[in-house]
Amino acid sequence: MMKTATIQLETLTCPSCVQKIEGALKNLNGVDQESMKIMFNSSKVKLNFDESVLSIDAIEKAITTMGYEVQKSSVR
Amino acid sequence: MQLYILRSKNKITLVSAILIVGGFLSLWLLSAERVFEVALILASILGLAPIAIQAYQALRVKVVSIDLLVTIAVLGAFLIRNFEESAIVTFLFLFGAFLEQRTLNKTRSAIKELTEMAPESALKQMADGEFVEVDVEEVDVGDILLVKTGAKVPVDGTVLTGVGSINEASITGESVPVAKEAGSYVFAGTILDNGTIQVVADRVGEDTTFGRIIELVEEAQDSKSEAERFIDRFAKYYTPVVLVLSFIVWLFSRDIELAITILVLGCPGALVIGVPVSNVAGIGNGARHGILLKGSEVISDFSRLDTIVFDKTGTLTAGEPSVAETQYYGDHIGEVLGYLASVERESDHPLARAVLEEIGETTFSDVSDTEVVKGGGIVATVNGKRVAVGNVALMDREQVTLSDTARADVERFEQNGNSLVLMSVDGELKVLMGVRDQIRSGVKEDLQRLKRLGVKNLVVLSGDNQGTVDLVSRQLGLSEAHGNMLPEDKSAYVKRLIEEEGQIVAFVGDGVNDSPSLALANIGIAMGGGTDVAIETSDVVLMNSDFGRLPHALGLTKATARNMRQNIIIAIGVVLLLLASLLFSDWMNMSIGMLVHEGSILVVILNGMRLLRYRLRR
Repeated sequence: MMKTATIQLETLTCPSCVQKIEGALKNLNGVDQESMKIMFNSSKVKLNFDESVLSIDAIEKAITTMGYEVQKSSVR
Repeated sequence: MQLYILRSKNKITLVSAILIVGGFLSLWLLSAERVFEVALILASILGLAPIAIQAYQALRVKVVSIDLLVTIAVLGAFLIRNFEESAIVTFLFLFGAFLEQRTLNKTRSAIKELTEMAPESALKQMADGEFVEVDVEEVDVGDILLVKTGAKVPVDGTVLTGVGSINEASITGESVPVAKEAGSYVFAGTILDNGTIQVVADRVGEDTTFGRIIELVEEAQDSKSEAERFIDRFAKYYTPVVLVLSFIVWLFSRDIELAITILVLGCPGALVIGVPVSNVAGIGNGARHGILLKGSEVISDFSRLDTIVFDKTGTLTAGEPSVAETQYYGDHIGEVLGYLASVERESDHPLARAVLEEIGETTFSDVSDTEVVKGGGIVATVNGKRVAVGNVALMDREQVTLSDTARADVERFEQNGNSLVLMSVDGELKVLMGVRDQIRSGVKEDLQRLKRLGVKNLVVLSGDNQGTVDLVSRQLGLSEAHGNMLPEDKSAYVKRLIEEEGQIVAFVGDGVNDSPSLALANIGIAMGGGTDVAIETSDVVLMNSDFGRLPHALGLTKATARNMRQNIIIAIGVVLLLLASLLFSDWMNMSIGMLVHEGSILVVILNGMRLLRYRLRR
């Protein structure tokens, strides 16, 4: 079942943050890479993922280990 | 542990600042070199921890980040026992990041204010009929919701019961409250000023008009122009190249100091952040003023605009020609107006309709021997009197003598941009009326502002007849005006301007029947008061169809484009300056390099922030 996650992060300050988060999420199994959008200015991540393979918690954890705080996330 | 260190970044920065200051004080005041050294070593290790963790995490996903450059540089400084530099560089790097976060939040504040207007909770009717407060995400289409005074409408929907007045500023930009009753449509994000209403949800969450606006603005601020994508690609390879370069320099010179200085100088800072900062501040300013700009590509095109094409005279005028000025000659005006109305009733000319509208209720008389004079008017017999209604040429034909006063009136009416309707009874002039399509208030001034901002051509393409179009064009001083145009004629015209004359063209329309032109034009500007089609198909949306926002929009995009260029120049200038100082002078070292680097980032952010306060000079 594909779901769309919208994740609000702490303020991103350098565009290389985007590269890092992109790198971290790319390696996760179950993420639809085409749909992945990391928005620098609004400090948000949007992506489609397969809920049967991957949980939202795992996605959030991948981001926090890169050093970025997750403020809010929603899945629909 | 890693997370803990990363979260305490700000505390670490503070402690490291205290250590550095304390270290220097003890050196200068007490000459305690030992204390100085220990304090700075502590500050370096403390400061390096979060940077090194970030560098390591990035490396794990194969990204060579700035953090890595700084980490290696600091380790290098350690190696040559230059603790002073290692401490100061880590501190500046952390403190710089802290300031950047603060100031960047400022530049993004305008858009944040917008998103924070989104409703968060709703009073939803449950199965037992009671209203319970729930999160707005739990509301579905068809739910019945209660909205009390002072609360935000949580969804787009129809009022079921109750009355109230709603402030729709978040959708239309207009803060005058609008009265709502059963059957009225209400929008999510608007505020109920007074009253209580129940609403049936029609669209919820991101599907509401407000939800779409937010999504568009959020995507707009992160949409990238070709130039930005280039800078991004450049930055991706730039960092590894700097790393390799510094290694080569070390290999050949064996000078660690020089190699690590290159690492610090090589950090791409202002260049990658300068353009997005201008972009977000510009779009934020627009959002505050009811102008949605969809991204930086739009800003760059819009700022170089040559021609604005308006889709109809109705955008510029009230839409219906009406009598603007009247002059009577002689007595028995009531009777005369009755004759005039009786004759005009026979015609379906737009001028005749305007005259009838103006006269209103009157006594009609029988009309006979009606003769339509082509390009002149109508001649007829009413109550045994010969009545002529038409232009000056018809009066000449009827051998009506115009007095000097009447001639002066005719001249004045014409100058005011009126079409003239004259009426004579038995060869004597009785009435002079000036009919025109009233220009909307402020439009003339707005068009002049647009011209001052550098727009070369203002064009109207209209479905109306050429005469009406010419009239509007003359009053407003447009460069071109074409009537009798079908939607496909309009899009062909726009296409020709762009492809054959190489102009940058904006098309202003309501987005309903002119979507081909809106899409074809370099910039499609929708004057839609929040209609879906307009919001989706256009590049710029003027909320509430407010024409007066167009000059601000143009001025803003020009200011934003200028701001981006300034930031690029600052960024490149700083890099060149740093390189030159490294090669040709000896005052450059790692700490100064880091200071200039962080300073230039703050300068471009502060420069971008100026856009938030941009206002069009009157």
